[in-house]
Amino acid sequence: MPPRTCQFCQNARAIIRRPKTGDHVCKECFFNVFETEVHNTIQEAKLFKPGDRVAIGASGGKDSTVLAHVMKTLNERYDYGLNLFLLSIDEGITGYRDDSLETVKRNQQQYDLPLKILSYKELYGWTMDAIVEQVGRKNNCTFCGVFRRQALDRGAASLNVDHIVTGHNADDIAETVLMNIMRGDIARLGRCTLICTQGEDTIRRSKPLKYAYEKEIVMYAYFKKLDYFSTECIYSPDAYRGHARSFLKSLEVARPSVIIDIIRSGEAFEVAQEVVIKEQRKCSRCGYIASNELCKACTLLEGLERGIPKLGIRDGKRKKIEIEATEPDGPLRTIPMFKLPSVMENSQAARTETTAPS
Amino acid sequence: MANDFGLNVTMASGETINLKIQFGGGAELLFGNIRSHEVSIPAIAAATPSGSKQADRPSDITFLIQWMKDNMLKEREGLFVEGETVRPGILVLINDTDWELEGEGDYILQPKDEIVFISTLHGG
Ligand SMILES: [Zn+2]
Ligand SMILES: [Zn+2]
Repeated sequence: MPPRTCQFCQNARAIIRRPKTGDHVCKECFFNVFETEVHNTIQEAKLFKPGDRVAIGASGGKDSTVLAHVMKTLNERYDYGLNLFLLSIDEGITGYRDDSLETVKRNQQQYDLPLKILSYKELYGWTMDAIVEQVGRKNNCTFCGVFRRQALDRGAASLNVDHIVTGHNADDIAETVLMNIMRGDIARLGRCTLICTQGEDTIRRSKPLKYAYEKEIVMYAYFKKLDYFSTECIYSPDAYRGHARSFLKSLEVARPSVIIDIIRSGEAFEVAQEVVIKEQRKCSRCGYIASNELCKACTLLEGLERGIPKLGIRDGKRKKIEIEATEPDGPLRTIPMFKLPSVMENSQAARTETTAPS
Repeated sequence: MANDFGLNVTMASGETINLKIQFGGGAELLFGNIRSHEVSIPAIAAATPSGSKQADRPSDITFLIQWMKDNMLKEREGLFVEGETVRPGILVLINDTDWELEGEGDYILQPKDEIVFISTLHGG
């Protein structure tokens, strides 16, 4: 087969067939179109404004490594005027996170960005290794998910940033759309395709790689020779997501546009009834956003500390295992008080001023 | 990094092709956690198990995948092969070009070709 020529520059030899469009593209044109598409995504969603302080959630994996590289490149090329930070969470998983954090530390050098690492151990007093030892391998992902979410917000607050960008790619989002459909989770179906989410009192989260195919992210990392870490978390055989993922990849072989098509479908769903969202308040113990008296992390932590780790875990058919919150006998480890980053307090004040009472 | 996989595997004809095989993105975990391999495979392919491709054709990528499954794969073969090709989600590059531009499984291997397999299925 004679080498194919790039359909963009009509000059260099093509090295990739783009899954989204089927175009045959050379290396330079591929870098260019990949970066430009992320830039366009950012511009269309008006994700940033000059002077914003933005943390890149960095795991050392392919997606966040490519995100860090592209954010740094675009910030310089288009003069976004952003202050970028790398923010990593150390869950305390021996042989997994300790290795990937080494990758993040190298990325810090390579990209010359300030890095903050916050560990479960320092925040909650528990590593994931210790949690798994106590709770076993069944609900450990619940702990990890709740703890990570809050740790990212707290890490962001300590960097005084009000915006976290994460490496979720098009395949991840399509997968989540499928999973929410299969679970009938309408409330999440609407939210999961949003490029940016922000509640009243939460730190903004965005997904600049929302429309970037996993194949292109991996190819980009390969041809740019980016340094990333790849292994599966030793504790998380998320079987359900795994099946959704295999299904999606098989569909993609037959019809590469399927990933974007599923995202577009998710975006187009209109939820007929207003979904009742529980009113948000502040956790009475740690000040983090909560929908009950205690936030999820405080509930889970109390369960760990008191040796009843089922506290706060949803158990399939039964609604929730409620255990009367008796006052603990000894001193209980708690999470330090959460304070919103000061940049947000200012912007909240500004918002209040500009919102006319109705 | 050299290793001892199949260095002396030859068919009756004795003709072999030397190739370089690289793994990335976690695919190496299925191959003894070694990223770079030099292999020597028969120049003439065997028939595919289903009979979809006949024997005595020049070795192509389809045959290479079958050969790797039989000679190199260390564990969890379902994470690498599916039917007669790689599992969806594993990217293949032939001399640094997307195999989708090179005829995928039908590409006929040439001496010193470098074939890269990158998993996209491992954590991001
Ligand atoms: Zn070109
Ligand atoms: Zn709390």
